[in-house]
Amino acid sequence: MGQTLAEKIIARAARRKSVSPGEIVTCQVDLAMIHDSGGPRRVAPLLKRLGVDVWDPDKIVLVSDHFVPAEDEISKSILAQTRDWARINAIKNFHDLEGICHVVLPERGHLKPGMFVAGGDSHSPTGGAFGCFMFGVGATDMGGIMATGETWIRVPATIRIDLDGELEKGVSAKDINLALCGRLGMGGAKYQVVEFSGNGIASLSMEERMTLCNMTAELGAMTGIIAPDDVTQTYLDRVGADWAGGGDWRSDPGASYLEHHRLDLNALEPQVAAPHSPANAAPVTNMGNARIDRAYIGGCTGAKLGDLHMAADILKGKKIAPDTRLMVVPASTRALAETKADGTHAILSDAGATFVASGCGICAGYVGDLLGENEVCLSTTARNFQGRMGAASSEVYLASPYTVAASAIIGRITDPREFLKAQDDAS
Amino acid sequence: MPPDNRSLTGKAWVFGDEVNTDVLAPGQYMSGSIPNLAKHCLESVDPDFAANVRTGDIVVAGENFGVGSSREQAVEVLRALGVSAVVAKTFGGIFFRNAYNLGLYAIVCGEADQIQPGDILSVNAAAGKITVSSRKLALTCDPVPAFLLEMAEQGGLIAGLEARLSARGGKNST
Repeated sequence: MGQTLAEKIIARAARRKSVSPGEIVTCQVDLAMIHDSGGPRRVAPLLKRLGVDVWDPDKIVLVSDHFVPAEDEISKSILAQTRDWARINAIKNFHDLEGICHVVLPERGHLKPGMFVAGGDSHSPTGGAFGCFMFGVGATDMGGIMATGETWIRVPATIRIDLDGELEKGVSAKDINLALCGRLGMGGAKYQVVEFSGNGIASLSMEERMTLCNMTAELGAMTGIIAPDDVTQTYLDRVGADWAGGGDWRSDPGASYLEHHRLDLNALEPQVAAPHSPANAAPVTNMGNARIDRAYIGGCTGAKLGDLHMAADILKGKKIAPDTRLMVVPASTRALAETKADGTHAILSDAGATFVASGCGICAGYVGDLLGENEVCLSTTARNFQGRMGAASSEVYLASPYTVAASAIIGRITDPREFLKAQDDAS
Repeated sequence: MPPDNRSLTGKAWVFGDEVNTDVLAPGQYMSGSIPNLAKHCLESVDPDFAANVRTGDIVVAGENFGVGSSREQAVEVLRALGVSAVVAKTFGGIFFRNAYNLGLYAIVCGEADQIQPGDILSVNAAAGKITVSSRKLALTCDPVPAFLLEMAEQGGLIAGLEARLSARGGKNST
């Protein structure tokens, strides 16, 4: 019987010929990613208790991104502890203040097709865009992995979602995610794997595929995954990931799926999720032009270089509404540097954007200029749970970078296609 | 005591669907200690919970309990407040793993919506049974697999690894 892509990777990591959904297997991890919040401060005491060192410092990637930018003695000490631990444990892949882990990992060439990767963060499914099996775990699970290089999993079944056609200009992967959250709900994927396939994949950039896989977390999936293709190869070559192809990293024609869904990309409209759940998604045209105080372009989901390009497509030559704030938090310092080189940074700054240091701080509600009482925010991030980004009385809507940028101009939730259409008419 | 006889008894605190990790362990307090974070556990949905929950009490909820972040502080605060088990229709996958890793029973019960606030529950995790003695109600839940029961009985993943590594000679003997 055929195997899905996820089953093939799990079988390899478990040193097995094949695996079946539901069975429990022990896998060797190829790479473990940890960050400053769930990493050293939580894992070090567990390793001490076990009396062991990390199993292989070269298979660990450590990223400081959560308590960033540090704002008080506690956040400073957490970042200092992270640096100390990296030095003591000879972690050479330590990315300190270089951006959000899920974006830094692929940018630095750490992910390649066929890898079995554990990530100490719930948006770890992002790595699935590269044909990896990458899933999120908590700190205790990570402590076990750091000590032994192994972890157990109950083999997940695969839910296949075929994307057909091509997105209209002004519609992006984020809109696919929100539409799926609205259709399937936050528990819809039942902690199984979501594999995206279909003829619509080819037209999506690697960053758009990262967004797709990233928000399988909001579908309740264990992870998301996409088979590698020429677009993957080109990205990996560019970042120097040294992948020569090879390995049969795609689902077999006879593989079995728990469910099979389809989404017509041609017909997809921009989506917005109303407070306080990504599952409250609906077409932007149904949102009644709700007023916003803040537009937020940030996070691993919504501030990669391509996301910032989408915002610039809308904001070029425009100004944001006088009583609206636009905060831009590039997902990595590399993305920030590229925006400076290609003119994106100037476009966004001229439009009235305030740039904040790359990190998770505001999206995760950890540090920074969090939402105040009753503040309404439209955000490119993944989660709009009550109080996540600040005050319990604040409200967060979720949308694509196109929609957030267009809405910042008007000060109300706005369909970005109107702006792109006006640009086409003018040219 | 063999795991089969494991029975957890406590008062029910009932919540709705999709109680997420930001509500259980709010980001603004994540830099501080577990006891401090625990004071804010669930405060945005029930401001009285943290101050009034007692050791052994059981949290009951609907779909997708613990959805969201991988932060296992969401489990630790419940443990710190004395909660012995969470009974829910379904769980977020990472929360479920974290729960057993830290010795908190996470019980999948499709009939959890029959439980009312203040009910005294007796949970038999191995058999997959919950009884509400005051209302003569018996609910069926998914039996907890043996390996998870064992992990919870041992006190979590690290305690189990401790035993395994010292048997292997990998742990420094002092």
